[in-house]
Amino acid sequence: MNEILSLVHNVVDWGMSMLMELGAPDLIMAGIFYALAGVAVLSALGVVLMRNVVHSALMLTASFIGVGCLYIYMDASFMGAVQFLVYGGAVAILIVMAVMLTRRPDMAHSNPSRGIISQIGAAIVAGIFCCVMAFVALLSPFRVSLADGQILGDSVTGIADLMLAKYVLPFEVAAVLLLIAMIGAIILAKRNPKEADEL
Amino acid sequence: MDNGIVMTVANLIRDILMLVLGNEFIVSLIMKFIGIGALLGAISGAAIAFTYTERKVCAFVQVRLGPNRVGPMGLLQPIADMLKLMTKEDIIPNGVDRVVWALAPILLFVPSALAYAFFPFDDGAIFADVNVGIFLLIAISSQSVLTFLMGGYASNSKYGMIGAMRAVATSLAYEAPMVFSLLGIVMLTGSLRMSDIVTVQGDNVWFIVLQPIAFLIYITTCMAETNRTPFDFVECESEIVAGAFTEYSGMRWALFFLAEYANLLSISVLTTTFFLGGWTGPVLPGFVWFWIKTLLMLFVFLWFRWTFPRVRIDQMMSFCWKVLLPLALVNVLLTGVGIYIYRWM
Repeated sequence: MNEILSLVHNVVDWGMSMLMELGAPDLIMAGIFYALAGVAVLSALGVVLMRNVVHSALMLTASFIGVGCLYIYMDASFMGAVQFLVYGGAVAILIVMAVMLTRRPDMAHSNPSRGIISQIGAAIVAGIFCCVMAFVALLSPFRVSLADGQILGDSVTGIADLMLAKYVLPFEVAAVLLLIAMIGAIILAKRNPKEADEL
Repeated sequence: MDNGIVMTVANLIRDILMLVLGNEFIVSLIMKFIGIGALLGAISGAAIAFTYTERKVCAFVQVRLGPNRVGPMGLLQPIADMLKLMTKEDIIPNGVDRVVWALAPILLFVPSALAYAFFPFDDGAIFADVNVGIFLLIAISSQSVLTFLMGGYASNSKYGMIGAMRAVATSLAYEAPMVFSLLGIVMLTGSLRMSDIVTVQGDNVWFIVLQPIAFLIYITTCMAETNRTPFDFVECESEIVAGAFTEYSGMRWALFFLAEYANLLSISVLTTTFFLGGWTGPVLPGFVWFWIKTLLMLFVFLWFRWTFPRVRIDQMMSFCWKVLLPLALVNVLLTGVGIYIYRWM
């Protein structure tokens, strides 16, 4: 009995050490990252390439969920949850809007692509955007690097301290901006003065 | 920490595996898989048990006998139902959006099942005790609205479309008061971690005593979120056939029901965790207390379902925005003032 057990122990330990030697932990970590990044990027491509506008919107959700998972994977679980909650709900609204505004007999061609000139223009704008983002990403000093083995603190407390104490004014201004947009939308929707009186 | 039944059993399995395999990492990996298996087993077991419970409770409320032909006291009824659903013909209607239509019932199950990772079943028995637990839980369960929309839209039927539109309107509306009602609990606990919410209640007093308004708002919004009568606008047999699931039959339709029962158990577990002190309680072990409270809440939800008639959708929407949401906001304010006075005293 003991001999069998020790044999099993030896086999398991040997297998683990082989995996460690091959760099399996790093490989798995990188693999998960690239899988999630792949989901985010490929479904973003799908948003542009799909011919059905509802499929595009659903691909957008897949992309958001991929990005949210990336946040959680990188220990920013609060950001990940916000990504799920805000963008998931927003996409549901977006689809409802798309269906209500573009409902036509043939939904399969509800997201037509434009002419060649528009496509070139879009490519240029997208290229400039990519350059700007790359520029910002390369220039910003990422102080906390995982290579140091530093453990990040509680991200919720950190965000709350910054948002509700140091940057409380910009935070409130953004909230007021959203409120203005909402009131504006209601006024536009209820333009008829008779109906506006009933409000 | 490890005085609960679940953790004792888990440690026993861990010790046995350790003896056989002798490698810490492999053993914890296998333990993770056992955890996932246990959660999925709980979900499917609950779904089978609930089809029977639901009909028996319904019969009890309506002074009938309920299923009593298949097996002793009708106990084999769920198995008969399952066989019927599995042997049904798989009908794919003409003109559906094939991929989206087939994906909707499968994806609907994902958020329902993922939520189970955050439930504190016993002291230390929680699959993912993350620091934003309650918030991540709400975020994940809110994704289910999209799958109703997918199913309803892809069915290419007017009833499906109306059901999907209603799903979006009610789910998004009822999410707001639900989150605000839970905010009071988070303020009292001072943490978003699920295990902290339970421990705080065990050390002091159950939150149903401190947050009675939040409790009422929460169970109301819960019933709306899980689309159960009196708020089942997504399905609504007497108005829009079966709403978002009109075009589904056989196993595809059964998946919608699996998700509904998973959600029913979810809301019972969550009400227990947030308001009834989770696994804390005297004498009996934590795991037993947890299930006593959960099954009690489950009975309350079934009781509501078979007692109240369905309200009209416009009444329900204005009730949400004009009554529940202001009430939830007032509750947050009162909680804040209460905490301030408590500290000042």
